[in-house]
Amino acid sequence: MSGAGVRLDRVEFSYGEAAMRFDLDVAAGEIVAVMGPSGSGKSTLLNLIAGFERPSSGRVLIGGADATRLPPALRPVSMVFQENNLFAHLDVARNVGLGRSPALKLTARDRADVAAALARTGLSGKEGRLPGELSGGERQRVALSRVLVRDRPVLLLDEPFASLGPALRREMLDLLRGLQAERGMTILMVTHQPDEARALARRIAFVEDGTVAAFAPADEMFSQAGPSAFRAYIGA
Amino acid sequence: MRTTPFILSAAMLALLAAASTPAAADGRLTVYTYDSFTAEWGPGPAVKKAFEARCGCELDFVAVADGVALVNRLRLEGKDTQADIVLGLDTNLTFEARATGLFSPHGVSLARVAVPGGWDDDTFVPYDYGYFAVVYDSEAMATPPASLKELVEGDGDDKIVIQDPRTSTPGLGLLLWMKAVYGDEASAAWAKLKDKVLTVTPGWSEAYGLFTNGEAPMVLSYTTSPAYHEIAEGTTRYKAAAFAEGHYLQVEVAARTVKGEANPLAQDFLDFMTTPAFQDAIPEANWMFPAAATSAPLDPAFERAVRPAATLAFAPEEIAKNRQAWVREWLDVMSR
Amino acid sequence: MPRDGRILAGMAGLGLIGILVGGAFAGLIHEAARDWSGAGEAFDAYLFRVARFTLWQAALSTLLSVAPAILVARALARHPAFAGRGLILKLFALPLALPAIVAAMGVLALLGRAGLFADVLGGWSGGRWPGVYGLPGILTAHVFFNLPLATRLFLQALEAVPADQWRLAAQLGMGARASFRLIEWPALRAALPGVAGLVFMLCVTSFTIVLTLGGGPGATTLEVAIYQALRFDFDPARAVALTALQVALTVAVVALLLKLGAGMAADAGLPVAPRRPAVAGGVERWVNAALILASLAFVAGPLAAVVVAGARADLARLLADPAVHRATLTSLVLAATSAFLCVALSLALAAARRAMEMKRRRDARPSFLERMLDTGAGFVLVVPPIVIGAGWFVALRGTGQLFALAPVMVVAVNAVMAMPFALRAIRPAWDAASARHERLAAQLGISGIDRLRLIDWPAVRRPALTALAFAMALSLGDLGVIALFGSDSVQTLPYLLYARMGSYRTLDAAGLALLLGVVCLGLMMLAEQGRAERGRPELRGEAR
Repeated sequence: MSGAGVRLDRVEFSYGEAAMRFDLDVAAGEIVAVMGPSGSGKSTLLNLIAGFERPSSGRVLIGGADATRLPPALRPVSMVFQENNLFAHLDVARNVGLGRSPALKLTARDRADVAAALARTGLSGKEGRLPGELSGGERQRVALSRVLVRDRPVLLLDEPFASLGPALRREMLDLLRGLQAERGMTILMVTHQPDEARALARRIAFVEDGTVAAFAPADEMFSQAGPSAFRAYIGA
Repeated sequence: MRTTPFILSAAMLALLAAASTPAAADGRLTVYTYDSFTAEWGPGPAVKKAFEARCGCELDFVAVADGVALVNRLRLEGKDTQADIVLGLDTNLTFEARATGLFSPHGVSLARVAVPGGWDDDTFVPYDYGYFAVVYDSEAMATPPASLKELVEGDGDDKIVIQDPRTSTPGLGLLLWMKAVYGDEASAAWAKLKDKVLTVTPGWSEAYGLFTNGEAPMVLSYTTSPAYHEIAEGTTRYKAAAFAEGHYLQVEVAARTVKGEANPLAQDFLDFMTTPAFQDAIPEANWMFPAAATSAPLDPAFERAVRPAATLAFAPEEIAKNRQAWVREWLDVMSR
Repeated sequence: MPRDGRILAGMAGLGLIGILVGGAFAGLIHEAARDWSGAGEAFDAYLFRVARFTLWQAALSTLLSVAPAILVARALARHPAFAGRGLILKLFALPLALPAIVAAMGVLALLGRAGLFADVLGGWSGGRWPGVYGLPGILTAHVFFNLPLATRLFLQALEAVPADQWRLAAQLGMGARASFRLIEWPALRAALPGVAGLVFMLCVTSFTIVLTLGGGPGATTLEVAIYQALRFDFDPARAVALTALQVALTVAVVALLLKLGAGMAADAGLPVAPRRPAVAGGVERWVNAALILASLAFVAGPLAAVVVAGARADLARLLADPAVHRATLTSLVLAATSAFLCVALSLALAAARRAMEMKRRRDARPSFLERMLDTGAGFVLVVPPIVIGAGWFVALRGTGQLFALAPVMVVAVNAVMAMPFALRAIRPAWDAASARHERLAAQLGISGIDRLRLIDWPAVRRPALTALAFAMALSLGDLGVIALFGSDSVQTLPYLLYARMGSYRTLDAAGLALLLGVVCLGLMMLAEQGRAERGRPELRGEAR
């Protein structure tokens, strides 16, 4: 399956005191890094696309279809969080299998796909482990394996590698790039790391004060000509 | 719309219950009684066997907690009751029981009945009787009080456990006993007795348990209590104190319900009740005195029981009329 | 708004409770409609005294149970490896399963006029020890029942504190005082109103203990007045009025308690930690050990008296008695059925409450329904079982089904009465699990029965088993409903115990009390084993 475009059309959302308004248009198969100061609304932006939050007005379009009112599970979207991606009491294979059947009723073909996804993410042989027995990097690989078996056109990642070391993070980025090359899904990834954004994304969406303040190619954003607020944020 | 869920749930419960309804059959008599009557050590099993042999029918006991619960149960069920016979009311309850209009005249001969003070009621038939008494532990107390007056005015160190007249039959019995002896002075007497009362329990069981645990050397119970300890446990440690003023009487009775009029076995049972076949089961299973002749003499332990100098009793209507006021008077003194 | 299945389940649970209580009231009110005079006459100076005493003894009992329980729970929490800790906690579940009279006898065996300590106490007070009757007796017995209960509930609250916080405290070198103020007290304070409310309600409805140990009718609770109104005077109007008063007074007090405390906040990131480090040291270690041992002595003393009294009985004969077999089986079946119903009800209520909390805006006040799902349902504790029993009896008369009513009533009433306890054990775990899994489950589309089976049940199994054990213990010791019906179709162990006691067989009764305690201990061990064996994976959790 290839990617699908994601468009936020005058999406408004209020969270307590803060009012947010997002306009964004991401092309199918594109990789976008979402950056911005803490509390600026990056996670909310992803939650609106994933369906965990409902806009008070405006539309969320995925692949050209209006997804504004769809519940999370029915959206063509997978999301990986910084943590709590796995159910602690279920082993690796089951956690991945849930991506195929929410009742865990797996066919032989499903099982084969789960095994293949685990092999692809380098987790062969760890099917029976519980999340507590895995390292942080391995747990995120399990989450990515589930993304593979779900096979949705859009992948959202909310600081997925924030708690991993530099080498491991590079490894994970390579894996993510590889998967995107194979499947062609659209990716939006929240990150605070300029190197991560540069390595992965073609475009950067800069979120500030509850709105997409800038949305431009990475080279441009990181150049001297980038928006001053963005430059202040990355400490350039 | 409050009634809708109510009806729904009633239907639901009824459905759940439908499976275990006892079938009404010919040649079957249903007797409501209290549970210590039907207990395996109570008179129930022997009575059932003897009556079934006599009538060639089936006798079903339905047991509730005690005499008060019997009246309530009947009141709650009204004319739809399953009971042909209600067995286990006492003279404190007969007036209220009669007032429900749910009982019919017995129509049997009372010639064989022998209870103190005689008996000529047209509805209720006695099956046993007893006297309330202060039972004491002879190992903790050498000389028990010889009269109610001595108990009331005695040494505050010799404690007694009594029952609450609001919740227990013996408790009400002591209240009436005091009233019968002291009349209008009962309040003042209670005020004096109060110091000797260790505690007031909700029922006989709690009081007697405290007594046998040694918490107090005296308890309010029955003149027949020592007979139990002597016959069943072989000890004469626990004795009843004979009171000069006399003892208050409790007569236990049975009666036929309006529903039981249609069942010829009901009248037969009331008649059977005053024969030795029934009465033989009473003394050493219900630990009361039989209300008619038994086929063999009673165990000597019963013969040794306190013989009251006088039999004290109020008429049922007098109890019914005054009970609430008297209990209130008792509460006022005892809560002070 | 699409109706959430969980909210529907919660509403069904509330409905069941409403039907149970409402149906009973409807029955009594219908009966009372003939003569309402009793309702008005009930309110007089005597009632005022009774109400005042009811609240006074309940407030004192609550204070004396809850304040030490906080210290004991904290001591137990800070010494996870304290010798015999597991056994102590199991012992702490036992008082709940004992009929009140057995507990009263246990207390008196030590502190009574002829108790073990009578000579010592008499020596102190100069003269013969009069026995612990009156208010001190009532309070002692209530603390015996409720201190262990409160301790277990507080300990649960402390164990829900994320391990990271303990590590942080240890790293920052927080002393006993600082960690109490900064870590333990906030967790305890969140649990305090609920626990105190529960204990208060239990003490408000105390009956046998108040009468037996109270020394005289000056010690009378509203529950006694209700019992008297229904049983001796058969005055449904007065019973309904008194029950309404009892519920109203309790609601007022508990509402006040809730105002004092913070709401229960679930920690979202909760990584169910590996064992947290024991942080107590030096002097504190000795103080804590003394606290634990003192509370143990307080609870184990009367229990030991029950054992000693029971051992004097002819246990071999009792154990061979078919009536005892039947009663044990009946008790187990009824207790198990009520416990399962109770846990199911509590899960439904907890799930519905959480679902409603997530639905509303974060800054919005909880709706009436949400609050009913939370604390509201707990008030069912102060509706006397005899009122429920009698009400349904009246309501169903004429259907000819009264014979079969007793077991249904016993199960339903016990399940509902145990629910406030179960809810207290289940809700924090449910909320924490929900906070962790909600988005993931929503994204993966796991819902309904699949979600319960795969996600929610494994997360709440441990507290649910605790709740199950609690509910079983409570139901095992219950006599309330059965006493009214006195039906021979439901001869339970406590019923048999009372029957033996009521016919001079005091020793048999003592033996049965021992048996009841052993059965309850066995159930506790089963429940704990179920937790340990099958709950192990969660222990590791998803550590960061």
